Amino acid sequence: MIFERLFSFDGTAELLGQGFVQSALLAAALLGLVAGVLAPLIVARGMAFAVHGTAEIAFTGGAAALLAGISVSIGAVLGAVAAGVVFGLLGLRQRERDSVIGVVLAFGLGLGVLMIALYPGRAANKFGLLTGSIVSVDSTNLAVLGTVTVVVLAVLAVVYRPLLFASTDPDVAVARGVPVRALSPLFAVLIALTTALAVPIVGAVIVLAVTVIPGAAAARVTSSPLVATLLAVAFAELALVGGTVASLAPGLPVSGYVATIAFLCYVGCRVVGRVRVTA
Amino acid sequence: MTEVRDAATATRTAQEAVPAVSLRGAAMRFGERTLWDGLDLDVAPGEFIAVLGPNGSGKTTLLRVLLGIQPLYAGEVLVEGHPPARGSRAIGYIPQQKALAEDLPLRARDLVGLGLDGHRPGLGLRGRAVRRERVAAALASVGAERYADAPVGRLSGGEQQRLRVAQALVGDPSVLLCDEPLLSLDLAHQQVVSSLIDRRRQEANTAVVFVTHEINPVLPLVDRVLYLVDGLFRVGTPDEVMTSETLSQLYRTDVDVLRVRGRLVVVGADAPAHGHCHPGEEA
Repeated sequence: MIFERLFSFDGTAELLGQGFVQSALLAAALLGLVAGVLAPLIVARGMAFAVHGTAEIAFTGGAAALLAGISVSIGAVLGAVAAGVVFGLLGLRQRERDSVIGVVLAFGLGLGVLMIALYPGRAANKFGLLTGSIVSVDSTNLAVLGTVTVVVLAVLAVVYRPLLFASTDPDVAVARGVPVRALSPLFAVLIALTTALAVPIVGAVIVLAVTVIPGAAAARVTSSPLVATLLAVAFAELALVGGTVASLAPGLPVSGYVATIAFLCYVGCRVVGRVRVTA
Repeated sequence: MTEVRDAATATRTAQEAVPAVSLRGAAMRFGERTLWDGLDLDVAPGEFIAVLGPNGSGKTTLLRVLLGIQPLYAGEVLVEGHPPARGSRAIGYIPQQKALAEDLPLRARDLVGLGLDGHRPGLGLRGRAVRRERVAAALASVGAERYADAPVGRLSGGEQQRLRVAQALVGDPSVLLCDEPLLSLDLAHQQVVSSLIDRRRQEANTAVVFVTHEINPVLPLVDRVLYLVDGLFRVGTPDEVMTSETLSQLYRTDVDVLRVRGRLVVVGADAPAHGHCHPGEEA
């Protein structure tokens, strides 16, 4: 019964013809591209927890915007960028960074839940921030998403090589004159922008599914930076676009489907990685 | 600067090379604490100079000055006749061995490649063929072809340090700065890594500035020693500097330097308040 409810494709073809579904798919594809490109660097820098923290603060920002009656996207972006800058300035010392992120994240999450509870409007808007509601993507969202995609990719095109150096080999990068300290908040802002956009689509709770899992999965099967990036983009697209399509007919939140596909990619990569090492 | 350049050209034609590294009246101070002052030092091309001294004596700070990431408090520093510049091709840098994450998205060849152009902006898509060749040559020069495509995080400490040598040499530097590159390696790998550094020096006349706690593994290679202790320093050949008399003066206490089977053993240098390691002490 439940199984049939979860995996239904009755009317999927019909829905794919609808404008709002196509908008949703385009949004998913754009997000998958940015998230996939960033994911290997996030993993290399050990920033999974920072991404999680940024997502929760994006949620807080979105909730505050909802309460204040302004655009949720703007609130999410502001919250995420503020969190990103703070986390970025914490640098690469993992222990110190993790405890600060934990503190800020707990506070932000609590505050966000409180503001959601105070919001008098429709419940769907409240849940949207936590679980995602990709079918609500409108042309404004798409325009913002498209702009951010271009900005993030353009910045990466300029800083990618020194950023990879700083992320994987910081001591020698410093010695070679790479501005390691300055790159850290810059990268955090790129993550924040991506995260803030992912929050209204897939929800704060599983933002890690598209910004960390693809990178973690790719790292299991390759250590080539280029191949890792291509694989991560492929996994992120598979999870986001595939998850969106799979969620259409059942009419259930997209987040569960996205997270499941991403998780399966990761498990598959672990198995392949294990086989390759022992072989 | 033109003056310096002209002088450089003139000396080259006179078959007397420009010093690879030149310090004039160099001073380094943090707050009230003077690390060194009035340091004059010329390192000739092909010269191997070991920088010794207790922790906090400013050995690594000296390397940071030469790398152009730390300004001098006073005085002048030149590398190949020019003020040191960040990311300079004239300099290769070898760090101490550190554990790398197993899932680091880098193969051996990527690590070496970053040493060539990792500091430059962009994606690195142009000039890939030349880059590939130079990286391959650097990997071959340290005998690392076998694991060129292996993830760096899964390699042994010795293999990683070979790659560090390749990473430093791939840019064809004229000065090699080494910050305790043998630390935490076993004797066999210490020998491999130091002989790779020495071979480069012989073949390409590269000057080597080698910061270390332990002079013995490189003692046969060392031309001169710069010994820094708490604001005092001494420059000279190992025979001049590594004596009971000189080290007693530097440490301001009784230090004995013993020669045992071609090795130097320093006794008593850990007596002052610093509580540091010292050359001769086995790790």
